[in-house]
Amino acid sequence: MTIWQHYHLAKSIEDALQALAAAQGPARVIAGGTDLLLDLEQGRHSPVDTLVDVSAIPEMAELEQRADELFIGAAVPLRRVVQSELVGRHAAALQEAAGLIGGPQVRNTATLGGNVGHALPAADGAIALLALGAEAEIASLSGRRRAPMQALYSGPGRSALSHKEEILVGFYLPLRAEGEGSAFRRVMRPQGVAIAILNMGVWVQRRQETIQAARIAIGPAGPIPFRARAAEQLLAGRPYETALLPRVVEAILGEARFRTSPHRSSADYRRHMCGVLLEDTLNAAWERAALQHEMSR
Amino acid sequence: MNFTVNGKQVTIEALPGEMLSDLLRERLRLTGTKIGCNEAECGACTVLVDGEPVLSCTYPSAKAEGKSILTIEGLAKVSGDALHPLQQAFIEHGAVQCGYCIPGQIMTAYALLQHNPEPDSQEIRRALKDTLCRCAGYPTIERAILDAAQVARRGGRLRGPQVAEAGGSEKVVGKLRPRPDAVEKVTGAAMFTDDLHFPGMLHARVKRAGVPHAIVKRIDTSRARALPGVAAVLTAADIPGEHYHGLVIYDWPSLVGVGERVRYVGDAVAIVAAETRQIATQALELIEVDYELQPVVSNAVQALSPEAPQLHERGNLLKHIKVRKGDVQQGFEQSEIILEHTFHTPSTDHAFLEPECCIARPLLEASGAEKMRMEIYVGSQIPYADREQVARALGWPVERVRVIGQLMGGGFGGKEDIAGQVHAALLANATGRPVKLLFDRHESLVVHPKRHATQIRVKMGARRDGRLVAVETELFGDTGAYASLGEKVLTRATTHSSGPYEMPHAKADCYAMYTNNPPAGAFRGFGVTQSAFAIESMMDMLAHELNLDPVELRRRNALRVGSITNTGQELRESVGLMECIERVDAEMRRLAGGDPFAPRPAPGNPHKVRAWGFAAAYKNTGLGGGAPDKAGAEVELFANGELEVRTSSAELGQGLVTVLQLIVAEEMNVPPSQVRVLVMDTDLTPDGGPTTASRQTFVTGNAARHAAQALREAIATTLAEKYDLPPQQIRFVEGLAQVNGHSIPLGQVVQLMQAEGRQPRAAYEYWAPKTNPLGQGGDMHFAFSFAVQAAEVEVDRRSGEVRVLRVIAANDVGKAINPLGLQGQVEGGVMMGLGNALTEHFIVEEGRIFTDRLARYRIPSITQTPEIISFVVQHPVAAGPYGAKGVGEIVSIPTTPAITNAIYHATGVRIDRLPVDQEQIATALKSGVAGQVGGD
Repeated sequence: MTIWQHYHLAKSIEDALQALAAAQGPARVIAGGTDLLLDLEQGRHSPVDTLVDVSAIPEMAELEQRADELFIGAAVPLRRVVQSELVGRHAAALQEAAGLIGGPQVRNTATLGGNVGHALPAADGAIALLALGAEAEIASLSGRRRAPMQALYSGPGRSALSHKEEILVGFYLPLRAEGEGSAFRRVMRPQGVAIAILNMGVWVQRRQETIQAARIAIGPAGPIPFRARAAEQLLAGRPYETALLPRVVEAILGEARFRTSPHRSSADYRRHMCGVLLEDTLNAAWERAALQHEMSR
Repeated sequence: MNFTVNGKQVTIEALPGEMLSDLLRERLRLTGTKIGCNEAECGACTVLVDGEPVLSCTYPSAKAEGKSILTIEGLAKVSGDALHPLQQAFIEHGAVQCGYCIPGQIMTAYALLQHNPEPDSQEIRRALKDTLCRCAGYPTIERAILDAAQVARRGGRLRGPQVAEAGGSEKVVGKLRPRPDAVEKVTGAAMFTDDLHFPGMLHARVKRAGVPHAIVKRIDTSRARALPGVAAVLTAADIPGEHYHGLVIYDWPSLVGVGERVRYVGDAVAIVAAETRQIATQALELIEVDYELQPVVSNAVQALSPEAPQLHERGNLLKHIKVRKGDVQQGFEQSEIILEHTFHTPSTDHAFLEPECCIARPLLEASGAEKMRMEIYVGSQIPYADREQVARALGWPVERVRVIGQLMGGGFGGKEDIAGQVHAALLANATGRPVKLLFDRHESLVVHPKRHATQIRVKMGARRDGRLVAVETELFGDTGAYASLGEKVLTRATTHSSGPYEMPHAKADCYAMYTNNPPAGAFRGFGVTQSAFAIESMMDMLAHELNLDPVELRRRNALRVGSITNTGQELRESVGLMECIERVDAEMRRLAGGDPFAPRPAPGNPHKVRAWGFAAAYKNTGLGGGAPDKAGAEVELFANGELEVRTSSAELGQGLVTVLQLIVAEEMNVPPSQVRVLVMDTDLTPDGGPTTASRQTFVTGNAARHAAQALREAIATTLAEKYDLPPQQIRFVEGLAQVNGHSIPLGQVVQLMQAEGRQPRAAYEYWAPKTNPLGQGGDMHFAFSFAVQAAEVEVDRRSGEVRVLRVIAANDVGKAINPLGLQGQVEGGVMMGLGNALTEHFIVEEGRIFTDRLARYRIPSITQTPEIISFVVQHPVAAGPYGAKGVGEIVSIPTTPAITNAIYHATGVRIDRLPVDQEQIATALKSGVAGQVGGD
């Protein structure tokens, strides 16, 4: 009846991978465990025999600039993501998103790796990472590989990683260049589970009054975190003006799959809030892009 | 593994599946860390790991390797003083109520101060966002942290609470006094039931039906019995005494037997006691039960239809409750305007942070007789009713059962019914060993009685000038599978359904219905929460139709001295409603200026709009309706000069212990610190009756007062005889009896009394003024409390999101005996009303519970706390102690309609179904259905 039999505190990624491979029964990687442990306790996750804890692996707890990228270890507690000056400078959307996940106690143990690994299509951290163009680093006994964010998912709540063979090591984010900005917003309801009714991450590249390029990530708008590519294309190369927004929303609604969730939100409300969030999030990202623009001059 | 706890090195091996909270509580016996939900929602289990607050309920103990852990028990040591400034500030400010969340609050706050010695309110709220307090003393918690922070930075003394005293001639009554149990609650020393451990104790679990309506065809417990470690598995066939329990009607089966009817998902079919909780849980899965499923009755309206399946022998109608005054037909004919509307309120859960726990401990009598006694350790609102129900189930005389009440982590009406008491006693009786039965949060949500879901139709007739002529209401109340206090609750809903107003014609009909939903029973507000929402919404709708100021409309109809209520009761005294209206109205207009009910744009955000809303309410004190309402109390003097006051009345965090301490200290003229309070022990304390209906300050307060007076007279008589003086010449001053210029310490009188064969104690049974049953006219209640609240909301017109910014509350409580406790009641009441309006929705679909985890049932957090401005209005009631009447419920009742009326004023969207649905607001505003506000 215990929800695990063996708990392995891994010292290194190698050690963790070997522990996973050697486990007798079902095994899972655990970091903060704030989702996994409750899923196990409440029967939403099939029982496991072994939990391999990666939170004490030094490499996975690193948060640093590496060449022209920002590396955030998958086991970095969200509190550090929120407080990091580097994240604030290069990934404002992620800082905002991480600050909204759970409460302060949860953010002391919960990690970005867990937020992505749990594979919910509206996970705040994952939506921000997607908008920021992050890539994930994955380790297995045969080596390391990199993958774009959406490749980590096979469906709602289903990670594409092989549970017994692969570990999410961390995330690489492009450093912010001149004229770039990002933002994250979400809408909640005060009743029921504290998962966003709808959330959105936006990244823009700006030159004077024109949007050079944009990335828009939305959840839940499909089985996995959603990129609004048609809307992004519509924005690219155009002067930014409010009159543009209805067409952008239309483009999103053409691609996104908004569903009705009982006791949470109707699909109609999600469609409605999509326009509201787009305006707020895009504005915030746009302003930030200008700020840096000004500063560097 | 090795780690340190509170500075001490610990070497211990982590167990499979073990969380840090298990290790701390069960193996290190550091029980200051509390478990409120076990699902990372409530924050009660917060401890510091390497200086950072984490939730120990979801932190595998194996992770503690090499870490340094700080729990509430170690905090004082860190500061080097007897108490950390945070602990001291929580005590002095009155931030401690039931105390269950307090270790988590203090540890979270301590971590904040370590990082940020000078936090502002926003930073405190961010840090405490997920550390829930159901007494909801959030504003006081915030003030305590701010005060502690400045002491931690600069040293010196706390500024202390800024709460007004009651005024009046009393020496200690009405003055600020910290709770007698506050110190133990801030240090983690306070023991709640689950913190107790007895040698040889077994752990019990209950097999719940899990189906809403069925006939049990077969129960097979053989596999469970065979599981190693299982000590007993019992079914209905094993109950030695009565099979049914209940508070008014014995209709609730302790266990549903073969051939019997399951009426809700929480019904018990078997109980298990085992060496560990884990084994007991495992055994549950080995119990096989076959059901023949029956069609489900899922709401009160359906339950009344002739085709509905009948759930009890007497049918589905628990009671048809009627109120009649004048002739409403005639009244509507005389009316110049008639409005009619139907409102819906959902079921809600008390969500006290301490889940139910009970320990039954069998004892051989000291005489060595064969007959066992049973001790029941439990936090219960009605210890004597527990004793009776346990004794009935065991088939024993009540004297063989002793209920020993424990500290209670909140109740709010949800700990009046039997939870695990009967089951634990049955298992202890069968095994001869102590048995602990702890509900987890899931079981707590599934099993205990809720607030009644209602449908309320209001038809209101008035003259053009706003004078009410006739009010007709029709209520359907869903009392769920069993009666609990349903009849009483819905009677209160019905009698209060025309609001705190006088009208010549009133008619109310309520159908209290059985369904296959969880039982509904007592919950702070006791039915009036629901009917106040309907009638106060309707009053605002009438004001709108008549183009009258909502405050003015209420003024014109408000109950006042000399008014006749809808049940035919003349109010002869203590009606502070008009003063409450004036106080709140003046403050609201001072803050809002101009027209508080006109929508104003929020500064800096074109999409947000603000407005105020207003609501009034009244609520009876005491049982009323002809029920004998009495309480016993006993006061004893000891040789060391200390006094003890004893009553079985319950302390659930509301502050009765402080009230009793102050009253006895006042009467005996001793410092309050010299008065101990013992409550809730059926062997040692006289029956105080149920702690319900806002009655204890009044009834037990009076009993304690009279008992103290009797003891004082007995002391005076003793001294008068010894010194040969008239007793009137004996004075009591500061713990001394003054006789002829001599001062004799009170403690010395004990010996004198005993030498003369007198006991140094006095008991008193107080009977509240007689009341009449509904329908007979006259006094249905011996007192009413009154309240008015105004709420300012901000609504996002695009998303429909609602925030409450400020609440002004005025409560007529007769006399504020315990102003610090009253502050906690007012703030907590407002927050509970806010939750009722905005966050809380206990969802049951076809008898199956959707909100079966705290994650799905949200209660308000500190981040949702508005500024709360409180006015205490004191219109004394002659029979109350020092003029006091009830407080506990009235403080919460007007909040919901004040908020929903404010939403209407801000947006034009009328909320007629709770909780407020932001999607509904957004949809209405988008479609243009609403939004033309203040135009006509």
